[in-house]
Amino acid sequence: MSESIFEYAPAPESRSVVDIRPSYGLFIDGAFTEGHGEPFKTIDPATEDTLAEIACADSADVDRAVVAARAAFERVWGPMPGRERAKYLFRIARIIQERARELAVLESVDNGKPIRESRDVDVPLVAAYFFYYAGWADKLEHAGFGADPGPVGVAGQIIPWNFPLLMLAWKIAPALACGNTVVLKPAETTPLTALVFADICRQADLPAGVVNIVTGAGETGRVLAAHPGVDKVAFTGSTEVGKQIARAVAGSRKRLTLELGGKAANIVFEDAPLDQAVEGVVNGIFFNQGQVCCAGSRLLVQESIAEELLERLKARMATLRVGDPLDKNTDVGAINSAAQLAKIRELAQAGEDEGAARWSPACVLPQRGFWFAPTVFTGVAQSHRIAREEIFGPVLSVLTFRTPAEAVEKANNTPYGLSAGVWTDKGSRMLWMAQRLRAGVVWANTFNKFDPASPFGGYKESGFGREGGRHGLEAYLNV
Amino acid sequence: MTVMRDDALSGAELRAFLQGLPGVDQVGAEERAARLGTRSIKASAKAEAIDLAISMVDLTTLEGADTAGKVRALCAKAVRPDPDDSSVPRVAAVCVYPDLVEVAVRALAGSGVGVASVATAFPSGRAPLEARLVDTRAAVAAGAGEIDMVIDRGAFLAGDYLKVFEEIVAVREACGGAHLKVILETGELVTYDNVRRASWLAMRAGADFIKTSTGKVSVAATLPVTLVMLEAVRDFRAVTGRQVGVKPAGGIRTTKDALRYLVLVNETVGPDWLSPRWFRLGASSLLNDLLMQRRKLATGVYSGPDYFTVD
Repeated sequence: MSESIFEYAPAPESRSVVDIRPSYGLFIDGAFTEGHGEPFKTIDPATEDTLAEIACADSADVDRAVVAARAAFERVWGPMPGRERAKYLFRIARIIQERARELAVLESVDNGKPIRESRDVDVPLVAAYFFYYAGWADKLEHAGFGADPGPVGVAGQIIPWNFPLLMLAWKIAPALACGNTVVLKPAETTPLTALVFADICRQADLPAGVVNIVTGAGETGRVLAAHPGVDKVAFTGSTEVGKQIARAVAGSRKRLTLELGGKAANIVFEDAPLDQAVEGVVNGIFFNQGQVCCAGSRLLVQESIAEELLERLKARMATLRVGDPLDKNTDVGAINSAAQLAKIRELAQAGEDEGAARWSPACVLPQRGFWFAPTVFTGVAQSHRIAREEIFGPVLSVLTFRTPAEAVEKANNTPYGLSAGVWTDKGSRMLWMAQRLRAGVVWANTFNKFDPASPFGGYKESGFGREGGRHGLEAYLNV
Repeated sequence: MTVMRDDALSGAELRAFLQGLPGVDQVGAEERAARLGTRSIKASAKAEAIDLAISMVDLTTLEGADTAGKVRALCAKAVRPDPDDSSVPRVAAVCVYPDLVEVAVRALAGSGVGVASVATAFPSGRAPLEARLVDTRAAVAAGAGEIDMVIDRGAFLAGDYLKVFEEIVAVREACGGAHLKVILETGELVTYDNVRRASWLAMRAGADFIKTSTGKVSVAATLPVTLVMLEAVRDFRAVTGRQVGVKPAGGIRTTKDALRYLVLVNETVGPDWLSPRWFRLGASSLLNDLLMQRRKLATGVYSGPDYFTVD
């Protein structure tokens, strides 16, 4: 009888669907152009191989992009009837679906996330957001923001590296639907899918200047946010940078939305559907290597089931497959950058030093690239750094509680407030919890679920403004 | 969780126990099963998995029109699934109606392939208990090593758990040394909570295997139902130390389906269940697809269906 462990043979997704050019320019006014900053390289975090050289936009380049966006806003996109704008957005959404495999592979190569996620989560959601906001473009007067809400103007948008294309969609789709034009700066470590998106805009015959992509590092973002020609700044990223942007924008007429960090509590009650709760905890913290602003990085489990839940959680974690992001069976891929890996390591070390118990399943990590094994800390106290600071990695801190009131108190006892998860079979308790949790999203018996129709955003240091849904239109309408 | 002593079990105790089991969230369970369904099993892993799947098949014929000749043909297939290739493993068992057990036993003597028989007024189970027990004893007397019984779904849905429990215990006794597979008919239980309760009920009553379906109801085996049953056998072993097998049956027709079930077993209960001793696939047409894919993998080309025997 076969008792051998059922090892899966490698099942790599083919890289042949992507054609990465040796170098990329900036996308300004409908054309790829040179940048005048010092070019930089983007690498594959799973291998540390260089993928391409990327142009860096200096302040003159950003200025060109803003001027192009302004011209497109005034002459073409702003005056265009909503039903016409919708056609372009629908077209973009369809092209994204057609080029889904290419985008998924490229996203995994540049970001390090498993192809299963880029294929089944990121790219389908990207298309869904464009479809959703395409539908709003000719119905804005029915959105509840007045009889004839107009666009804001030129939006300067700065996005992070954890969901490069999805964050682009969250920013660009509502902005365009409302009649704004955009200058978008992708993250330094993950510019490639945004540059393919630029190509998709051309393929869709989007008028020149409506979407401009300026690549670069933090300095490019600073210049963009501070540019006087920008009417609205939208930023998703770290709380630290968010505060800098808020300071830069303060006192100007610019409008601002920020979607920042989080330290979400995933709260499991003793009457929870246990096996699904374990799945939800795993999905909450190991999805995208935990590099998710709304990751369920604190597990609050009721004392009466803590031991049993942890046992199940560890057994489940032992089945996570860590490795090549392009392997279709990989669950946990590479950390996005050396800098991020160093940050995760530092915080994990702090967890050990402060006396929490660290555990990871046995797993062989590749030699090259940036890797961190799925990790759980037990015996964590509220005062530990790993319970308070955002780790942005596959590291879970486990705390316990005895009563619902204590769960709420602990869950809310954080400077952040982006998301929370509650696991219970009792509907009344679910509602009671949801009313008291100060978090932009409360997931009931699930976690990390996104839908274009649902608003997303934070309380407290997790930022302000909402993206997604009808609420997401407000940031891009002159209301 | 604690399991009470099963002698002197009262209906109220049993009900409290079954209703106290952790619930199953339908959306979560279906999502987990669907996600495991996207696993990509290639090359050497696929070859190993196909052979494992073949060795787990309960080759089944349960038609009113079954004849001794048909059963003998099926038995020949069970022992040597691919006449052109002796490296193909034999299947786990042949599953027939009680009156054909004798034919199967004779045809399979010394082959290592087991003889399973459905009993207890399969598939509805709507006969007096005494008749169901007679049915069972007859199948065992004729040489069946495995009995696939059906539970009284009506009693289960009405909340009369003790009746179902006692009937399983009675059939268990009637089985003597034969292995007992208890068919829950999950398509009629409808909810995953019911599937989990019925699984625990059957295991506590002495089932050696829990089986999803008769194959005679339109919703037969599904991945999420099997997932819930696998979680139940895993938890049952953790509490009692006794390992119980799982058999999805009905609707499993392709190699792709079969591999999905193996992935499910591998990633929820682990390799302890990855053998015909603990996991079976109840199917009739699946075997030929497994053989076809096996040959494709070995030769690189597909053979037509005419190259595999239709039995």
